[in-house]
Amino acid sequence: MRKAFAVGRKELRQISRDRRTLLILVFVPAFFLLLYGYALNWDIRHVTLAVQDRDGTPESRALVSAFVNSSYFDRVADAYSPDEIDRLLDLNHARAVLIIPEGFGRDLARRQAPEVQVIINGENANTATTVMGYAANIIRSAGATFAPAAAPSPPPVSVEPRIWYNPELRSTLFLVPGLIAYILMITAVISTAISIVREKEVGTMEQVRMAPIDTFSFVVGKTIPYFLISLASAALIVLAAMLLFELPMRGNWIALLVALSLFIAGALGTGLVISTVADTQQVAFQAAMLSSFLPTLMLSGFIFPISSMPQALQIVTYAVPARYFLIALRGIVLKGTSIWLLLPQMGALIVYAAVMLGLASVRLARESR
Amino acid sequence: MSAAATANAIEVRQLTRRFGQFVAVDDVSFDVRTGEIFGFLGSNGAGKSTTIRMLCGLLQPTSGTATVGGIDVRRNPESVKVRIGYMSQRFSLYELLTVDQNIRFFGGIYGLAEARLAERRRFVIDMAGLAGRETTLARDLAGGWRQRLALGCAILHEPAILFLDEPTGGVDPISRRQFWRLIDALSQAGVTVLVTTHYLDEAERCHRVALIHAGRLAAMGTPTEVKQVFAGRPIVEIRADQAVDAMRLLEAMPAVEKTSLFGTAVHAVLRDPAVSADAVADRLRAQGIQVEAVATVAPSLEDVFLDVIDRANAAARGTAA
Ligand SMILES: Nc1ncnc2c1ncn2[C@@H]1O[C@H](COP(=O)(O)OP(=O)(O)OP(=O)(O)O)[C@@H](O)[C@H]1O
Ligand SMILES: [Mg+2]
Repeated sequence: MRKAFAVGRKELRQISRDRRTLLILVFVPAFFLLLYGYALNWDIRHVTLAVQDRDGTPESRALVSAFVNSSYFDRVADAYSPDEIDRLLDLNHARAVLIIPEGFGRDLARRQAPEVQVIINGENANTATTVMGYAANIIRSAGATFAPAAAPSPPPVSVEPRIWYNPELRSTLFLVPGLIAYILMITAVISTAISIVREKEVGTMEQVRMAPIDTFSFVVGKTIPYFLISLASAALIVLAAMLLFELPMRGNWIALLVALSLFIAGALGTGLVISTVADTQQVAFQAAMLSSFLPTLMLSGFIFPISSMPQALQIVTYAVPARYFLIALRGIVLKGTSIWLLLPQMGALIVYAAVMLGLASVRLARESR
Repeated sequence: MSAAATANAIEVRQLTRRFGQFVAVDDVSFDVRTGEIFGFLGSNGAGKSTTIRMLCGLLQPTSGTATVGGIDVRRNPESVKVRIGYMSQRFSLYELLTVDQNIRFFGGIYGLAEARLAERRRFVIDMAGLAGRETTLARDLAGGWRQRLALGCAILHEPAILFLDEPTGGVDPISRRQFWRLIDALSQAGVTVLVTTHYLDEAERCHRVALIHAGRLAAMGTPTEVKQVFAGRPIVEIRADQAVDAMRLLEAMPAVEKTSLFGTAVHAVLRDPAVSADAVADRLRAQGIQVEAVATVAPSLEDVFLDVIDRANAAARGTAA
C-alpha cells in the first residue's frame, strides 16, 4: 500500500502541474455541459406560430394576443385550411400552430370548456416538450382571466396537445443524465489512458516496471487520483445541471454516489485497457474516443431510445455501461427510485468495472513478461 | 547458495531472445564479476538493451539462462528487481516533479522506509551535486544534473548490481567525465556495474568489455585483451588531403588488409608487421597523394570495434554464399 500511495501522490502532483490534464478533467466537463445543454435548446423563445382563428370573437383574439405577448411565440402566418397548416409545418415556416375552433367565445360564455388545439413540430423532441409546456401555460392562464371569479372550477379552456412527428415525446430533463454520463465517460477514459501511455512514451513506465512494485499497487495508485477527480468533476456537473437546467434531486444522495462511483470505476478500467493496447498518445486518444464517445452517445439510450434500435444493435447496448448508468441516474435523480430497485443496473456496472479492471491488470502484468 | 558465495554477480548462458522471426539476442554467454565495471558495446540495434531488459526481469528470454546476484532471472524476476538498480536508455525522470519529489517517488516504489529514505535522499542530493536545487522541476535541470539525478534514483535502495543503459547519451563531455567518476566510486564500493555505451573512450574505463554485433557476442575481455586482435597487424594512420583517394589507393596495395576513416585521418591495417609506415606513405606519394603525416599507432577500441564488425559481416557473407 505504501507503494500504491507513492504512485498516487506522484500522479496528483503531476496532474496539479499539468495544465492540460487539469483542463480536461475539470473545465472541459463544465464547458461540455454548457455547450450541449444550450445547444439542446432548453430555453426557447420566438417560436414561429401560425394561427387559425375560426372563431373571430374578442375572446379568441384575446387568446392569440396572450400567445404573442408571452414573447415565446412570434405570429408569422395565418392559416385558413388544414392544407395550409400542413404546408406551413412542412416548410418549417411555422413550428407551432394554434387552432381556435368555431364557437370558442360562445362556449366560454356558456361555461362549457371549449377545446383549443395546438400543433407542434415534434422533430426535435426537446424543443417540442418545452414549447408545449409554454402553450399549455398560456392557455391555462388566459382561460383563468376569461372565467368570472366565482365560476365553478372546471378549467375554462382545456388543452389537448397533439404532437406531430414524434408521438413518443421525451422530456428535456431526460437528456441531462445522458449528458452527465457522456461527459464523465469521455473525461475519465481519456485522462487515464493518456496518463499511462504518456509514461510509456517518455520512458518512465519502463523505469517503474524495473521497481519491485506489483501490478495491483500500480493500478490502484494510478487510478485513485483519477477516480477522485472524476467524482469531483461529476459532483460539479450535477450541481451545474441543477442550477442551470433545474435538474431535480428526488432520490438518495448515497445512491447517486454509488452509481457514479461504479460508473467511473468502469470508465477508468476502460482507460487502463486502452493504455495497454496503445503505444502513442494519439492512438490512445482515438481509441478512447471510439470506445467511449460513440457508444455513450448512440447506444446508451441517451439520444436514441434503445427500444427503437434494430435488434442487433440492441444486443450491443448490453455491453455499454452508460445504458445501465442512465437508467440508474434517471431513476435516482428524476423519479427518486430506491437503490434496491436499481440493483440489476448497479450489478451490471459492477460487472463491467470488474471485467475492465481485471483485463487491464492481466494485460499490464503480461506486458512486463 | 547466496549471492556473496559466487564471485560472479551476473552469469549469462546461451541467452537468446527472438521477436517473431527476428533474433535480437543470439546465444550470448558471459560472466560479470562482483564489483566489476562491465562495458557492453555495440552499434544501434545490436541487442544491448534487450539483453539488459532480460537480465532485469523485464523481458522473458526465449531460451538460455541468466542469474543475477545468484538468482535465476527467469524463475524469480521479482526478487531480482529488489537487488538491482536500473537506469533506462532515456534516463527517465518525471519532468513535472521536483528533484525531491522524484527521489521520494522512486524511494516509495522501492518500498524504502521513511528514515532510510531521508538518509538516502541526502546521499543522492550530495552525490549528484543537487544541493539547493531540491525544489527545481526535473524538466528545468540541465542534462548533466538530470543524468546524475536519474542515477541517484536508481541507487536509492543501494542495489548490489547496477544496470546503466547508455547513461551518458546526449550529455556534454565534462558531465560525462563527472558521471564516470561516480561509476568508479560505486565500483570501488563493491557495486557491480553493467553499462552500455557508444562512446569508446568510456569503454576504455571499463574493467572488461563485451562487443555485441547483430545480437551475437563478437569479442570480450579487458580493453587490452580485445586489442590483441591487432597483434601482428600494425595500424598506420595517414593524414592526407584527398583522404578518399588515398583510401582507394591503399586498398589496392597488397600489404594493406583494409582501411577505415577516422575523423580526417585514414587508418590502414597492414597484413605484414615488417612493412613500415614510411614505405606505405612513399607509395602513396608516388601515386600523387599529398601525405601530411604518417605514423604507426596503437589500436583503439574503435579499431577493434570496426574490425570485429567487418569480420562478422564477412563471416555472415561467407555462410550466406
Ligand atoms: N519489443 C520488440 N519487438 C520487436 N523488436 C524489438 C523489440 N525490442 C527490440 N527489438 C529489436 O531488437 C533489436 C535490438 O534492439 P535493442 O534495443 O536491444 O538494441 P540496442 O543495442 O540497445 O540499440 P541502441 O544502441 O539503439 O539502444 C533492434 O533491431 C530492435 O528493433
Ligand atoms: Mg539500447
